[in-house]
Amino acid sequence: MISSALDGKMTPGPREITSNPRLSDKFFRAIVTSFGFSALIILTLIGAFLAVRGFQIFKSEGLHFITGFKWDVTIDDAGEVTYDMGIGAMLVGTILISTVALVVGVPLSISVALFLTFYAPIRIRTFLISIVDLMAAFPSVLFGLWGYFVLMPMATYWSKLLYKYLNWIPIFDAPEKFFERSPFIAGLVLAIMIIPIVTSVSREVFAQTPLDRVQAAYALGATRWGMIRTVVLPFGTNGVIGGAMLGLGRAFGETVAVYTILNLVFRPNWHILYGAGGNIASLIILKWGEATDLETNALLAAGFVLFLMTLGVNMGANFIVGRTLKSGK
Amino acid sequence: MENPDLLEEKIMSTDPNPAASSSAKPNSLGDISATRQANRQPGNRPLGSGLEARGIHAWFGKNHVLEDVSLDFAAGTVTALIGPSGCGKSTFIRTLNRMHEFIPGAAMAGEVLLDGKDVYDPGIDVTKIRLQIGMVFQKPNPFPSMTIGENVLSGIKLAQLKVDNKDDLLEECLVRAGLWSEVKDRLGAHAGGLSGGQQQRLCIARALAVKPKVLLMDEPCSALDPGSTLRIEDTIVELAKNITIVIVTHNMQQAARVSDYTSFFLSDGGPGQMIEVGPTSQIFSRPVDQRTENYVSGRFG
Amino acid sequence: MNSEIIKPEKPWVLTPRQVAPRALLFSLAFFATIFTLNLTSFNGKLGFFFLLFAYSSAANLTYNVRKHGRKAIGESIAGSLILGGSLVVFLPVFSILFTTLQNGISGLHFTLFTESMSEASFIDPIGNGGLLHALIGTIYLIVISAVISVPMGIITALYLTEIKGPGSRFIQFVVQAMSGVPSVVAGLFIFSSVILLTPIKASSFAGALSLAILMIPTVTRTSQEVLLLVPSDLREAGLAMGATQWKTVVTIVVPAARNGLITATILGVARIAGETAPLIFTLGGADKVNLNPFKDYNSALPFYVWKGLSLGTPESLARAWSGILVLIVLVLSLFILARTFGSQKFKK
Repeated sequence: MISSALDGKMTPGPREITSNPRLSDKFFRAIVTSFGFSALIILTLIGAFLAVRGFQIFKSEGLHFITGFKWDVTIDDAGEVTYDMGIGAMLVGTILISTVALVVGVPLSISVALFLTFYAPIRIRTFLISIVDLMAAFPSVLFGLWGYFVLMPMATYWSKLLYKYLNWIPIFDAPEKFFERSPFIAGLVLAIMIIPIVTSVSREVFAQTPLDRVQAAYALGATRWGMIRTVVLPFGTNGVIGGAMLGLGRAFGETVAVYTILNLVFRPNWHILYGAGGNIASLIILKWGEATDLETNALLAAGFVLFLMTLGVNMGANFIVGRTLKSGK
Repeated sequence: MENPDLLEEKIMSTDPNPAASSSAKPNSLGDISATRQANRQPGNRPLGSGLEARGIHAWFGKNHVLEDVSLDFAAGTVTALIGPSGCGKSTFIRTLNRMHEFIPGAAMAGEVLLDGKDVYDPGIDVTKIRLQIGMVFQKPNPFPSMTIGENVLSGIKLAQLKVDNKDDLLEECLVRAGLWSEVKDRLGAHAGGLSGGQQQRLCIARALAVKPKVLLMDEPCSALDPGSTLRIEDTIVELAKNITIVIVTHNMQQAARVSDYTSFFLSDGGPGQMIEVGPTSQIFSRPVDQRTENYVSGRFG
Repeated sequence: MNSEIIKPEKPWVLTPRQVAPRALLFSLAFFATIFTLNLTSFNGKLGFFFLLFAYSSAANLTYNVRKHGRKAIGESIAGSLILGGSLVVFLPVFSILFTTLQNGISGLHFTLFTESMSEASFIDPIGNGGLLHALIGTIYLIVISAVISVPMGIITALYLTEIKGPGSRFIQFVVQAMSGVPSVVAGLFIFSSVILLTPIKASSFAGALSLAILMIPTVTRTSQEVLLLVPSDLREAGLAMGATQWKTVVTIVVPAARNGLITATILGVARIAGETAPLIFTLGGADKVNLNPFKDYNSALPFYVWKGLSLGTPESLARAWSGILVLIVLVLSLFILARTFGSQKFKK
């Protein structure tokens, strides 16, 4: 017993195994490794299948698929199919709604993260953290229902106020006084939906703030906010940016809640209060039901564009968050 | 064990009239030397620096870690807290400037008086307490996002103090911390580029900038190499001319080199207690308590 | 020693006497708000909260500045904004739970859990039919996607924590990227691959495949966190006794992390239980109970809600709300379950 315990201390385990694994271990490692790479395979397959299905559309429409604003498919009497499909308006709408969500959601998330990390008493803290986690698990269809029936009546009124006092700012202007189902309201719902992820990433980063710096600030007579400003925020900024980008990825891909609230219109609209907008994911479920084979492929192509957008934003975000968390250790 | 130079200085600087010393305002920087000289004389009754701990107890959760420590810090002196690990020295100095309360589950009892006022009084502004009782930590912890100059002045900015001439203050603090000659040409550089010892002296300069009456040092050299340690020790001796210093150290030679008074802490498995306090020379040569003798003679710990 | 008499104190905790003036100021702000609402053109909930926030922040600011001086300005304003922002975030959560309860309860009736919609239509009075078919569909979806993604997720996590092969940092990155795949894309992928190319058509199984894509990264990341918490001396002890690595993992590491892995599974299930978008492409949607998960269309709770929402009549909406209530109760119980398991990370 004694000698084996000694061995355990003197031999760093992993090194022995890497040097000369036994057959059963080779087998085990092969299986685990192949599973490990399954995530990569799935991700590649997703990209490949959507790209292949959408290839026809990308080829015939070219860049117009991204920049075009129309979604027309006509079959004339001879059975000849003519089409003009572009997701430009949807792309504009997706970015617009996600921007609203970020502008509203990120400051709120930062304040919740700061509150949970530095202000809330411990018992309240654990409870509120569960609430934030629970928020992340709410079905998106619930956000849609709530957004449509509870938030929209209020938000329409806020829209009117914003329009009344701020319509000299172009984005708060509206061509008509139609404020329901607008990108603004959809963005508000999305803001609530991205708050959990942005909050939990920010909280994780804030909690990693090196304790010795925190104490140094307090020992210099800093108030709590003074400490946060000099130590926590400089340390956590990158992490918060990363968290916001993860939220952006969520916002890009959110489907059901946005579809329920937004009035989809195939025309680019930059007026956030005006009830007309676009969203790639919503386009896909809007057109899915009655889609012809050709249109289905076009929707898969739109899905591919969405996939690339979210993948890019997410990878950037994870890179930034990972680097920040590592720098705290 | 005694540093002969220091001892000589003490003998030379004997102030025959303690009453006159006590009438001098103890904590204004200019007039401290008289008090300091009186306090440095082992025979004299130490004069208060205005900082006094009375019956301090400390707990972490249910764990009683410090029991009934009372200590009066003499102005212009260096008081070293020695003792084996886990005897509550660090906890004790952290109760002095109210850094103790940042640890979850922390609790305490007793009083810490600063100029006669309890720093734990509900009406007190804790940030003001920490301005008057500065602290230097075990690991050098400059703010990495700031330059060297900004680091030194960070306390001024944090506490929103008004300073007439920031450049003068910057130079003064860096000179006193013994760092000026090394960094005067690169005050705009980031603090991360300094060596460990330089960073620690930068932290001392940063603590000095808000003009504290007392400077607490929690094992300030434990993360440093011997050369840097010596430089910090020189700095401490120099600083003690016009500030009161409390230093926690594991290194008995260090305590002997820099301190005027030494206090020995010990835990016998239960809460840590202060066994003995006295002039450093006495603690190291003829301690009263047998346990102190065992410790300073290297028989344990 | 008199340590028996001396009690631990926390003098830094606010005493009632310190809280009292703040509470008084807050009630003053409250009355000032009511007063202003009655006298000026400010009105409504927005006006109320805005004024209350403005008044109480201002009162707090004045109090702090009088007490601590100028440097309390930043501290006070920041505190108000942080507290206010947090309230703004937590209000919708309670509003959502409350609305669901309020609207969902009216749609609850006994046959909800015993009947399907095969004999009834969504626009019938709510006493007709029920969501049995959707409940069964959701159970199928959960079980099948868990069967697929729990082993995959845990083994991927083992790869990242135990093998730490040359590609593990890259795989970590891929898993994180995968957790950001939009659910609609997962559905489109299963449609374009499985449904278009294999004999499997829209069914519970196809739906579960699309949900598994969303579940794998959640299970992987949570399992990884748990496995990292298993002390490494446990592993080394196993290896030092001459066990092979796979035996060490199977007999020591995984059992030690058992509760955490169960939590990972539950959180994964909670992640997908309410997903709607991928099901639109992969489930088909049925109104009657379908016990065969591999063949024919099926339903699920979110799908049932979605259908009720799309039809938009009062009856169908009532069905949607009661469906979402059932779904929320399900998610909530999973959550509480995960917490109970999560709180005891290691089997003692």
